Amino acid sequence: MVEKRGVGTVLTHVALILGIGLLCFPLYLTFVGSTHTSRDVLSVPMPLLPGDQMVRNYTVALTSGVGVGVAKMLANSMVMALGIAVGKIAISMLSAYAIVYFRFPFRMAAFWAIFMTLMLPVEVRIVPTFEVVASLNMLNSYTGLILPLIASATATFLFRQFFLTVPDELVEAARVDGAGPMRFFKDILLPLSRTNMAALFVILFIYGWNQYLWPLLITTRGDMNTIVMGLGQMIPSADDYGDWPVTMAAATLAIVPPVAVVIFMQRLFIKGLVESEK
Amino acid sequence: MEKRVSFNNRALPYLLLFPQLAVTAVFFFWPAGQALYQSFLRPDPFGLSARFVGLENFRYILTDPLYLQSFATTAIFTSLVTFVAMAVALFLAAMADQVIKGSGVYRTLIVWPYAVAPAVAGVMWMFMLQPSIGVIAFYMKQLGITWNPLLDGQDAMLLVVLASAWKQVSYNFLFFLAGMQAVPRSLIEAAAIDGAGRWRRFWTIIFPLLSPTTFFLLVINIVYAFFETFGVIHTMTSGGPGRATTTLVYKVYADGFVGQDLGSSAAQSVILMVVVSVLTVIQFRYIERRVHY
Repeated sequence: MVEKRGVGTVLTHVALILGIGLLCFPLYLTFVGSTHTSRDVLSVPMPLLPGDQMVRNYTVALTSGVGVGVAKMLANSMVMALGIAVGKIAISMLSAYAIVYFRFPFRMAAFWAIFMTLMLPVEVRIVPTFEVVASLNMLNSYTGLILPLIASATATFLFRQFFLTVPDELVEAARVDGAGPMRFFKDILLPLSRTNMAALFVILFIYGWNQYLWPLLITTRGDMNTIVMGLGQMIPSADDYGDWPVTMAAATLAIVPPVAVVIFMQRLFIKGLVESEK
Repeated sequence: MEKRVSFNNRALPYLLLFPQLAVTAVFFFWPAGQALYQSFLRPDPFGLSARFVGLENFRYILTDPLYLQSFATTAIFTSLVTFVAMAVALFLAAMADQVIKGSGVYRTLIVWPYAVAPAVAGVMWMFMLQPSIGVIAFYMKQLGITWNPLLDGQDAMLLVVLASAWKQVSYNFLFFLAGMQAVPRSLIEAAAIDGAGRWRRFWTIIFPLLSPTTFFLLVINIVYAFFETFGVIHTMTSGGPGRATTTLVYKVYADGFVGQDLGSSAAQSVILMVVVSVLTVIQFRYIERRVHY
């Protein structure tokens, strides 16, 4: 190994710590902001150490927020994120299975029809998608929040790649033992895909949790708001000073679930990130 | 690539494909078709009927100075976000690559912002930089820096660039670090024996070998800045002041939902679809090449 000691190494650590300090400062300040009274936060410069109003601010945020409590919004976000993650994994595993393990007319047509969705994020087709969802009476519903975001090819593509690496001998062995296609899927393919499913789940959960524009458009009733979009409406405008500490408490609550997922499932998270970009 | 063995069943594959094809048809092909269709129509002022106007909507937006301005805004915004996010990540990855002790902790502390939603990032940065209450804004004022993103377009641009780039550093960091760790150690040792210092080794060996990663991240960051930063812009500046931070995606939203100009919004969607398709094709060609690299 090359030069692992000396001034250089110390400087490397110093640079890393400084960089991380800058990266983490916004989060620290958000947390500090959520532990003071509104008056302390508005006095410039605001205190840089945590205060003693944490319980009060978080209680207010969870129960009242702006119109609807953050607790309800967190629950909505949870339903949306889980729905998107589970739904996408389920439908894309099934379709990838069909495409890889069966020969049938229009197989490639089906593959390309799904594959094309890879190209268009929902932001691009936002107005017409909104109209479709509105005409299906799905505004202000979990179905409306979840289903349109499930239409994407990334997961299908990923499972297809994985299934192609599964040894053919397994299919032959299953056949010899008299297992049909669904039995093979359930007893062999599903257990083999467990790690891939988990990695994808982590990525999709974060993706679903962090949606902003879509819930902003299709939820008009407060009790259907998700936390990320609800937070957007809690920012006090320039003229009225509002209750910044409560907004910051809500921001902290919005950050905790996805960040916890990244930190505690880091291995799966990195695997998911790298594989979904292949 | 194909499987050698396959199951024989007539109905089952269609049944398995049905859920995804149904969702794709209803929420992807139908809206995309609608966008294409509407981009050739112009509704009357009351929204009761629409007439076919051919490429008129496209001609209109492509000569509209506001649209061209938003193209320029997007170009500036995207280049700044991409450059800042990649430069910071490259620096941190180069540092982390040298470290053995504590590398896991460093990685965790750098990776977490990936999980923060763009809209939440916007709120957090607004809290620090809002001219009347932000702490950083206060110290900037103390240092005599004029800072007013609510009135000054350039300040507003800087604000949204910082918040957007901050969130993307984690992603770039992970890929840069993985790329650096794949560089053969023997090359670096050989260079060290020949007397090349850290700086020289980085720019003449590691950085050139990272070029596939760099190119891949370039595409990913451009896509990110184009499409995923809506939340940042909407929470921080709402496209303003004036139109200083109205990017193309923000304009589709503003014209379609706020301005209710559906023909123009649809035409803008179609243009964006072309942009994404081009970026996706570039990305796929790159992946083909990476295999041979």
